[in-house]
Amino acid sequence: MENLTTYLTQERDQEWRTEIRAKIKLKERTLKLRVKMNEVDPDIRNKNSVEVNSGLTVDQALLEAQRCVDCIDPTCITGCPVGINIPKFIKKIEIGDFLSAASVLKETNTLPAVCGRVCPQEKQCEAQCYYTLKLKKEPVAIGYLERFAADYEQNSGKMSIPEVEKSNNLKVAAIGSGPASLAWAADMAKFGYDVTVFEALHEIGGVLKYGIPEFRLPNTVVDVEIESLREMGVKFITNFIVGRTASFEDLRTQGFQAFFVASGAGLPRFMDIPGENYIGVFSSNEYLTRVNLMNAANPEYDTPVMSGKNVAVIGGGNTAMDAVRTAKRLGAETSRIIYRRSLNEMPARVEEVKHAMEEGIEFLNLNNPLEYYADENGRVNRMKVQKMELGEPDSSGRRSPVPIEGSEYFLDVDTVIVSVGVSPNPLIPACLSDLKVSKWGTIIVDKETMQSSIPDIFAGGDIVRGGATVILAMGDGRKAAAGMHQYIAEKVKK
Amino acid sequence: MNVVVEKIFFSEKVAKLVIQAPEIARSRKAGHFVIVRVDKFGERIPLTIAGANIEKGTIDIIVQEVGVSSSKLCKLNAGDTILDVVGPLGKATHIEKVGTVIAAGGGVGIAPLFPIVEAFKKAGNRVITVLAARNKDLIILEDQMRQFSDEVIVMTDDGSSGKKGLVTQGIEEVIAREKVDLAVAIGPAVMMKFAALTTKKYDIPTLASLNTIMVDGTGMCGACRVSVGGETKFVCVDGPEFDAHKVNFDEMLFRLSAYQKQEVEAFQSFLNK
Ligand SMILES: Cc1cc2nc3c(=O)[nH]c(=O)nc-3n(C[C@H](O)[C@H](O)[C@H](O)COP(=O)(O)OP(=O)(O)OC[C@H]3O[C@@H](n4cnc5c(N)ncnc54)[C@H](O)[C@@H]3O)c2cc1C
Ligand code: FES
Repeated sequence: MENLTTYLTQERDQEWRTEIRAKIKLKERTLKLRVKMNEVDPDIRNKNSVEVNSGLTVDQALLEAQRCVDCIDPTCITGCPVGINIPKFIKKIEIGDFLSAASVLKETNTLPAVCGRVCPQEKQCEAQCYYTLKLKKEPVAIGYLERFAADYEQNSGKMSIPEVEKSNNLKVAAIGSGPASLAWAADMAKFGYDVTVFEALHEIGGVLKYGIPEFRLPNTVVDVEIESLREMGVKFITNFIVGRTASFEDLRTQGFQAFFVASGAGLPRFMDIPGENYIGVFSSNEYLTRVNLMNAANPEYDTPVMSGKNVAVIGGGNTAMDAVRTAKRLGAETSRIIYRRSLNEMPARVEEVKHAMEEGIEFLNLNNPLEYYADENGRVNRMKVQKMELGEPDSSGRRSPVPIEGSEYFLDVDTVIVSVGVSPNPLIPACLSDLKVSKWGTIIVDKETMQSSIPDIFAGGDIVRGGATVILAMGDGRKAAAGMHQYIAEKVKK
Repeated sequence: MNVVVEKIFFSEKVAKLVIQAPEIARSRKAGHFVIVRVDKFGERIPLTIAGANIEKGTIDIIVQEVGVSSSKLCKLNAGDTILDVVGPLGKATHIEKVGTVIAAGGGVGIAPLFPIVEAFKKAGNRVITVLAARNKDLIILEDQMRQFSDEVIVMTDDGSSGKKGLVTQGIEEVIAREKVDLAVAIGPAVMMKFAALTTKKYDIPTLASLNTIMVDGTGMCGACRVSVGGETKFVCVDGPEFDAHKVNFDEMLFRLSAYQKQEVEAFQSFLNK
């Protein structure tokens, strides 16, 4: 910790930083208003898959960067799960050196263009910003600026490919290709390993591809990053399910020294209420996979999707927001969120809720489904809903919802999307009897090294945390890379 | 990319494809399936691995032309490639020596039944195979089945091959004359439903292999869910085989028809292309 503080101070004392700080008076900086993100009009964007946020212009980014006062004690960094040197990258933007700003991001974050779009900044860096904490004003738009710098680099055609050490000819593999795995792969490639990433699906990217929709995270943004990993020598093998297509033992025989399990929290949860298996009731994973991975909304593709007129999405997370907004885009006349707590408790990113409201999504908060009904063909046509009120805080600190007796009512629906959470993917634990897992099915690891109960197996991301976030998954990937590097060094010495 | 090594037509609409997939060939067991996506536009569809050759690194799949994706597959020839093949998926059939086994296959369910018949025979069971279909052309793999069955009974709706009648009649015939320890039924959902009702009368343990709609095949989406003994199960990871007496076939029949309208329309426009 002390080292970090010293390092940050040294960086802050560099001449260019001191100079740019002195250019504008502190008072003047704090009087500027937070930039507004450029967005596509809600009535246009809710009919297609165009990206909702169009990013900041150069002028906007320069102005917003000036708001950052370059604090002596940059509390924002403590809010960032991967510890990005936030003031440094923002000041690089202020001096107009956008490519250097992107390099600063990449020192600790493999996928800044992704994180700039999907991180819950309002709970992380921006919650710890000087403006939020001390001035009680809107925080510096750190997320927007992160995206600005990362996009600038992607569009510049001058993507910096990180240097990799001389090959050490040691083979390592990741299971799954989501953010945890991509972050791990980048570090392992830098260390000089021969890196292979195995993915069960036909696309690389995990949730970034099959879950998060195009209007929030365009596939091309993810593909650029995957391409740069390829250039660093990382091999991607799709349609390969570790534990099925080949066992860990097979892979060990092929010379793999260690494994990073990042297989995600793919198993959708249902509520176990009557009628949940009627036609037209889906998990959000199925709905989003059909649209995002299989292109079902495009008539050129063979996979079908039901585009209902009356859609109800159960849940209040990012996944629920993605599903309900997708349904709207596929032509739903009413698309509703049904959430059992209130707006304050919603786990979704604040920006997604705001965007959903602008797009005409109805919110039935403090409502909970009890039962579904179907027509003679088995297609859902009605649901019974109960109203809720907030009681005492539960173990998660959120006030828990309590049903209001006698408040039941019926809603007409033709499509229901259940988005009440996911459980860890059981494929890997099921094929390794020595692997220690928690009662929730998550893999138990050492918090520092991410090593599991089997020495050559490391794990991170949602398979360790349950459904979490992109940035936490990436942080795990980096820790696991460091832990694995040390483990292999010792193993090879012996 | 997986190369098609060989194609054999069993009937006008049923073809066997031998495809290059060395890892799957090595890992697969009876009862396993693969998910196949024929080209960039294709759906992900589940198909049982009907056989494998480890030396040649190939697996066999049997496809019946019913919709766009299966037609695209049936149109492939030796030398063509399939974009994605992933597996082996599902739980393998639990094979042991139980005594006498009735293996009942209906229509395209005959293909997935074949590796199971072979495995039960090799485990030392007496295997009586009942093959049923609408007509003679849809009875496939009869000779191969004979190789691993003590007896093969063929039933057709129109009497064009074997006896005229339904699969259940064939099953009843066997039960009437000898003690049966286990039944395995694979075919259209209605056929499995009635096969299960038949064996239930005699308390014969029965397995059904369910062919629900799937997307990923890895437990990620729940498209394949069915109710078994009142509990929701995912066919791709918990199955595909279940205790047939506990499966809610009526619910499964409904769910199978979910995309019927879209499928018929898509198939029509595909045929008109
Ligand atoms: C719709 C949706 C929206 C979200 N929105 C946000 C957001 O806005 N912000 C945010 O921070 N987080 C969001 N999340 C959560 C975030 O996406 C996850 O926390 C993160 O992707 C987890 O990363 P991961 O690398 O652990 O796993 P995943 O991204 O889940 O990737 C795991 C991969 O492993 C593969 N796999 C599994 N088993 C095997 C095997 N045996 N062999 C080979 N491959 C295997 C899977 O197919 C999958 O591709 C969202 C999630 C969803 C579903
Ligand atoms: S096919 Fe998706 S869970 Fe079974």
